[in-house]
Amino acid sequence: MNDQRTLFDYLLRRADSDLVLAQRLGEWVGHGPVLEEDIATTNVGLDLLGQSRLWFAYAGEVEAGFNNGAGRSEDQLAFLRDAAEFRNLMLVEQPNGDYAVTMARQFYFDVWHELSLRGLTASADARIAEIAAKALKEVRYHTERSADWVIRLGDGTEESHRRMQAAVDDLWMYTGEMFEVDAIELALIDAGVACDAGTLAAPWRQRVDAIFSEATLTVPAGVWMQGSGGRGGKQGVHTEHIGPMLAQMQWLQRAYPGAQW
Amino acid sequence: MVNAIRGATETRPAIDVIWAALAAIPDPEIPVISLVELGVVRDVVWRDDQLVVTLTPTYSGCPATEVIAADVAAALAGAGIVGARIETRLSPPWTTDWIAPAAKTRLAEYGIAPPGVRAAVQAIDIGGLRRREPLVPCPRCGSTRTRELSRFGSTPCKAQHRCEDCLEPFDYFKPH
Repeated sequence: MNDQRTLFDYLLRRADSDLVLAQRLGEWVGHGPVLEEDIATTNVGLDLLGQSRLWFAYAGEVEAGFNNGAGRSEDQLAFLRDAAEFRNLMLVEQPNGDYAVTMARQFYFDVWHELSLRGLTASADARIAEIAAKALKEVRYHTERSADWVIRLGDGTEESHRRMQAAVDDLWMYTGEMFEVDAIELALIDAGVACDAGTLAAPWRQRVDAIFSEATLTVPAGVWMQGSGGRGGKQGVHTEHIGPMLAQMQWLQRAYPGAQW
Repeated sequence: MVNAIRGATETRPAIDVIWAALAAIPDPEIPVISLVELGVVRDVVWRDDQLVVTLTPTYSGCPATEVIAADVAAALAGAGIVGARIETRLSPPWTTDWIAPAAKTRLAEYGIAPPGVRAAVQAIDIGGLRRREPLVPCPRCGSTRTRELSRFGSTPCKAQHRCEDCLEPFDYFKPH
């Protein structure tokens, strides 16, 4: 795999995690527990969708560079690839569940996302650095919000505590993948382009511990991590949940290829 | 002014004339402030015979971004400038610190609490996750006894607050 293909793959990882989570959050439109939360959750989704477009646009340009000028558009990349071509983390494709599950998923991702974008602001690739700097400002706000909810539900009623604890327990097995580094990322880390995900594990855990402590939640332990050993979402190996989600997300472009608003 | 711009199509309109034309375009979602006051117009230059206007997005997913670009294109066409190019610039990222002071006053008069200085809300404690509640005066009665209802309001750039004295809910333009 040459440098440009490696970079393309890495950009898809960034774009796809943002896009898939945006789609999941979009499923709350009209179904939020209260109107304000409906709006807030979908606004976070909107930020992530905007960020995914920045990554996709760059990925398409990189692809044009190694594919005789034929780089795919944002829409083609988002709507015309199948599950095995998606490079998102398995965590973000997990179903919404109740609001505790949605917020637990969001919190795990947000803390990682913020740390990882902060690392990318120092990327040797100027385009990656500027997208990361833009996205970081938005994501910092996402982290505050999901941390607030983890505390509010964890340290809330008996029932909200029970649900929040169940949610963080159920999703824990998908968090290990965020810190996995494979050959693609290693090559880009060596080139100063990618952020070394392995170095994010300790600061991520420190933040999770601090918030869980305030939320009176127990940090899960001794759980097998899905996606270990280079067989996870970043390599195109997904859970069963991504297929139905993509079917819903992509049906319009599949039925009417090239349709435009 | 419109006549002045149209009359100048033989030669190139001066840059300050173009800035003035852009300053007349209202923000599509908050029409009491202009795009120039919002700080999204970053640069206006003639590159050879082509006018290049550089815009920066507020939030990366803000649906108004495309409307803003279309409004700028329409205003330039209306000013008789053909073939202008609109470019997007991400860096440095947009900040509410770029909103003109006069526009912040108008936001408050319009019922939207204007953004404070960013540094004040970026003071964070444990693990960089928890924030301190910023002091947001009510745009109607001026009371500082207000509280946040939701972290997002009618647009991505706003949060929803309520005044505990006059009991009115209001939008707060978040420092970003």
